[in-house]
Amino acid sequence: MNDMSRLERTVGTKNIKMECRDCQVYYGDTHAIKDVNVDIEDKTVTAFIGPSGCGKSTFLRCLNRMNDTISVARVEGQFKLDGEDIYDRRVDPVQLRAKVGMVFQKPNPFPKSIYDNVAYGPRIHGLARNKAELDDIVEQALRRGALWNEVKDRLDAPGTGLSGGQQQRLCIARAVATEPEVLLMDEPCSALDPIATAQVEELIDELRQSYSVVIVTHSMQQAARVSQKTAFFHLGNLVEFGETGQIFTNPVDPRTESYITGRIG
Amino acid sequence: MTDATANSTGGTPGRNAGSLFDKDPRTRKRNAAETRFRMMGLAAVIFGVLCLVGLLGSIISNGVSAFSQTFIIVDVFLDPAKLDKDGDRDPDKIAKVTTFGYAPLIATAMEQAMEQANISIEGLGKKDAAELVSKEAPAQLRNYVLNNIDEIGETVRFKVLASGRIDGYYKGRVTMASAELDRNVSPAQLQLADQLKAAGLLSTGFNWQFFTAPDASDTRPEAAGLGVAILGSLYMMIIVLVLALPLGVAASVYLEEFAPQNWLTDAIEVNIANLAAVPSIVFGILGLAIFINMAGLPQSAPIVGGLVLTLMTLPTIIIATRAALKAVPPSIRDAALGVGASKMQSVFHHVLPLAAPGILTGTIIGLAQALGETAPLLLIGMVAFVREFPDGPPDGFFDPASALPVQVYNWTQRGDPAFVERASGAIIVLLIFLVCMNALAIVLRRRFERRW
Ligand SMILES: Nc1ncnc2c1ncn2[C@@H]1O[C@H](COP(=O)(O)OP(=O)(O)O)[C@@H](O)[C@H]1O
Ligand SMILES: [Mg+2]
Repeated sequence: MNDMSRLERTVGTKNIKMECRDCQVYYGDTHAIKDVNVDIEDKTVTAFIGPSGCGKSTFLRCLNRMNDTISVARVEGQFKLDGEDIYDRRVDPVQLRAKVGMVFQKPNPFPKSIYDNVAYGPRIHGLARNKAELDDIVEQALRRGALWNEVKDRLDAPGTGLSGGQQQRLCIARAVATEPEVLLMDEPCSALDPIATAQVEELIDELRQSYSVVIVTHSMQQAARVSQKTAFFHLGNLVEFGETGQIFTNPVDPRTESYITGRIG
Repeated sequence: MTDATANSTGGTPGRNAGSLFDKDPRTRKRNAAETRFRMMGLAAVIFGVLCLVGLLGSIISNGVSAFSQTFIIVDVFLDPAKLDKDGDRDPDKIAKVTTFGYAPLIATAMEQAMEQANISIEGLGKKDAAELVSKEAPAQLRNYVLNNIDEIGETVRFKVLASGRIDGYYKGRVTMASAELDRNVSPAQLQLADQLKAAGLLSTGFNWQFFTAPDASDTRPEAAGLGVAILGSLYMMIIVLVLALPLGVAASVYLEEFAPQNWLTDAIEVNIANLAAVPSIVFGILGLAIFINMAGLPQSAPIVGGLVLTLMTLPTIIIATRAALKAVPPSIRDAALGVGASKMQSVFHHVLPLAAPGILTGTIIGLAQALGETAPLLLIGMVAFVREFPDGPPDGFFDPASALPVQVYNWTQRGDPAFVERASGAIIVLLIFLVCMNALAIVLRRRFERRW
């Protein structure tokens, strides 16, 4: 681990992209997220770490209202994107999700061609006026997904025919193609081998130039490698939130320290 | 489970002591149980296959002869003195001559044919010879003349149906011995048939009329065909498809993807499952009460049959569609929502296309069920004797028609043994339709699946 280099990295003050205050999530009677306050900065990678079942995915799904699709889930608190409450009655979750894209744990390309996978978002949002523009968007997205060179000759091939790592990069390209402002990633590498993981991590670092990225991971090394901010969750509580370097070298809370040193989790 | 217990006792001394080449008693017992189970399964499959083979064998052996038919070739002189007494070729007057007026023409033609071929059989009068020809023949002749009035006065060659008994003679149903006891046919007539055959005037060919002709009365089984029944069944299938598929898919999509999960949707779900198990005759009673008595739709009409069968097929389609929708992985829905698709876009762009093979299969199975359904149709009067073809759709939906399974039922109720053959033949036609539908389901499913 190159924690020291992380420490030395300068982290200037940045705009707050998303602001979450007093967040509670209930699944029926289960209180899954308790009093969580997190600020997601613009053009920053924020990592959520913690033992499994601690509510990382649940919290992540609050950020683009994917919890709306779970009938038993109930979300309370304030979630603001650029100062606007995303749970306001006037907000259409569909419009929100175009701004806050998501990549899931298991690669889930549509059973359509590679091209159609990437073009789907731009199509439904009307981002391209003609075929040439759409082609361009697809190429840009695939390039940003570090997949262009591998698939440029077979854009008509089914997306489901790619390898796991390629599928996940396709999903990232698909999310990127709709020009989101925030990209949420729920354990994007958990189904990938180390080489594919390295590729995706490299990609995340590049995406940081344009987006604010939130990544859930159970791998502390990964959090250390890709993120500037880290939030440590435990049993539904946000235990510690701060600079990645500080969390990994000098945790304040004893629970964080035990988790990082491998005593819980 | 066996493994679990095996592990829990794994610590007992001696369990792993023996050689790998000797099976321990536990393994032997397990293998024996497995062999027994396999045998039982195999026996069940063999039993099923035997039953199926027996069933198909009996139907085919009974019914395949319905697809061939005996014809007699006669040169009929269209005698103007009989058909057009005034000689002015007025269609209205010619139309007044009934089939009784045509019968003598055929009798004369038969007599002449026998003379020309030098056939004479003792004790066989002109009337007996004419009985070789189906009673349907004068009607065919009359139709021909009414359509070709200018041919009156000429001699025209006709291939007319032989009577049911003569036809049966060449299919092995009637023998010389049985003819002795039969009021409808005599051995002399059979001899005449044999001689006509030798002279090339009597032949057996493929029975196209079985598919195109309407039903015929009790006394002329040789003329009975499935035309009206096939058309009626086709009309009903069109109605069922057009009504049940969109309704069923819309209901399933709503229930599966959009409806809130509460006691009301639970109740609806239970009721749909129950509806699928309701005996079909209940739907017939319902159809009689609602569509005929209340809505005043005509009896025996494909529209009523189609509506009743739609009610019957809906639950099947809904259940199949919901299962197909449930089988679409949720990750696809998440993926669509994740890139900002609306609920409806995710359903119509991704979920429905993936569920289409299942929906299609369910629909075709539902249609096949509906095609073979008899009981509800009996109640709404589709069992009536219908000789008139219904009009083309959509008007024809309101005309009386029959249906394939009802026609089978109808023919099995008739006295003449020739109808047994017709009924079995109709079953074969029905089965062929069903096989074609299922094959279509498989082909469509392959086509959909082959995309990925
Ligand atoms: N759809 C759901 N319905 C009910 N409970 C859920 C659901 N999803 C997650 N939970 C519960 O919420 C808690 C947090 O889950 P999750 O956010 O998936 O944890 P993580 O992603 O950190 O492993 C767990 O206790 C889990 O059982
Ligand atoms: Mg998770």
